[in-house]
Amino acid sequence: MASPNDDIPPDLWEECKSCHQLLYAKELASELWVCSKCGHHMRLSVWQRLEITVDPGTFTETEGDLPLVDPLGFPDYMPKLVQARAKTHMNEAVLTGTARLHGHRIGLALMDLAFIGGSMGWVVGEKITRLMERCIAERRPAIVFCASGGARMQESLVALMQMPKTAGAVGRLGRAGLPYISVLTDPTYGGVTASYAFLGDVIIAEKGAAMGFAGPRVVEVTKMNLRPEVQTAEFQYRHGMIDLLVERAHLRELLADLLDWFQAGKG
Amino acid sequence: MPEAREPQDTGPPSPGAHLIHDPWETVQMARHPRRPYTLDYVNRIVERFTELQGDRRYGDDGAMIAGLGFLEEQPIAVIGQQKGRTAAERRERNFGMARPEGYRKAMRVMQLAARFGRPIITLIDTPGADCLEDSESRGISEAIAANQREMFGLPVPVISVVIGEGGSGGAIGIGVADRIYMQEYTYYGVIMPEACAAILWRDSSQSQRAAQVMQITASDAARLGLIDGIIPEPPGGAHKDYEQAALLLKEQLLKALAELKDIPGERLMEMRWEKFRKMAAPS
Ligand SMILES: [Zn+2]
Repeated sequence: MASPNDDIPPDLWEECKSCHQLLYAKELASELWVCSKCGHHMRLSVWQRLEITVDPGTFTETEGDLPLVDPLGFPDYMPKLVQARAKTHMNEAVLTGTARLHGHRIGLALMDLAFIGGSMGWVVGEKITRLMERCIAERRPAIVFCASGGARMQESLVALMQMPKTAGAVGRLGRAGLPYISVLTDPTYGGVTASYAFLGDVIIAEKGAAMGFAGPRVVEVTKMNLRPEVQTAEFQYRHGMIDLLVERAHLRELLADLLDWFQAGKG
Repeated sequence: MPEAREPQDTGPPSPGAHLIHDPWETVQMARHPRRPYTLDYVNRIVERFTELQGDRRYGDDGAMIAGLGFLEEQPIAVIGQQKGRTAAERRERNFGMARPEGYRKAMRVMQLAARFGRPIITLIDTPGADCLEDSESRGISEAIAANQREMFGLPVPVISVVIGEGGSGGAIGIGVADRIYMQEYTYYGVIMPEACAAILWRDSSQSQRAAQVMQITASDAARLGLIDGIIPEPPGGAHKDYEQAALLLKEQLLKALAELKDIPGERLMEMRWEKFRKMAAPS
């Protein structure tokens, strides 16, 4: 698959959002988009994430032909979806497919914040569910990289009903004897945390990732009394909600070790 | 679109149907301070109710009721969020916003009911789950996520009724059921209209418009095929006549139990999965 990054003329310098250091864009890729000065993990597009995660050339997209849906006829929503598609080159806020990682056949989902905040409506719920079903049919471990502002407001109750659907699909994968690794990246919130994100057999978070049950906009508009430190990977890790808190540089090796463990002797 | 908010032919004609048309008004009704809460219904329709408490992990949660009782002599389990009536009660019940221990208690009692083949009734009435620091520190996301996963594995009939506010993840955490009903003047959605308005239009005074476009009323949900029916309320709303509201609720519960009681557990679980798997699929 052609990565849309190829079409975008790279800026020479990129500023670290955390320490404001100017970083040489060409070196950023080899640093996995981690600031060499302060260690800040920059947010990745799904294409960048693919590049640093799977064995080169092994990714095949699935369910890429699902149409955009607007179940409620919500004002201004369809134009927003069309625009998000054009901007991200993705068919919706999650990219799903099959790939190899350290030689293992896997099912993979990657969420992208750039597509309406990575929010989950019917299409995202359906793609996650179909990925789990494909993993069951093809005996693949599932890995999901989460990045989401939560459920998609514009789909209201239809969006809410994606939570039980995806949670149920994860349950079926587990009962089929297959592992599910959830990787929480910056940021993961709301309806995604309260469904598949926190149901991993192993839950990994990237250092510094923001996360929590209440979405940041909801916290803001309801003037909720919540310390910012609470909505972090570090807080969730300290309270036993996450197995591993890792630097991006160690993530691929960790996934390889886990897949080796799960798949040893399973052909 | 405006006519679509009239209750559909999914339930018996409602005596109050013609009185309230506006979704925002419906939201106010769902939050009415005198609206019957879970225990008001339990005390009227469930015989010999024994409330159970605690999640066996951390503590109890007054915002979530779980217990055992009989509905017309059939043993059942009842789960439901509980709001408080007085200021002190409201605090004690945490405004109906359950914490992780509430969801885990609910799951414990649902699994107990499943072991003994007893149907489960869940009454949903929450503005949302508690999402403050204590709840985060004990895994509110995991608790709600795990409940949804596990509810697909209950080999007994599960019936859910929204009796007030169906607030987002807090609601669906006890809402994975074979039959889903909403009372006439209730709402069910992914975000409060006030928050939706503030986020979308940066203007919380647009709540009325948000309530409308979000299509969160019972008739909206029925038209969208997301629920199985609307339970009518007494004229003017459930708070006008608790006895009548309880009777109307009980009638629908008995009807649903009769429909589900002879279906084998394995088949029920399969049907429940299919229901949620296909829900809202574009045709
Ligand atoms: Zn930096």
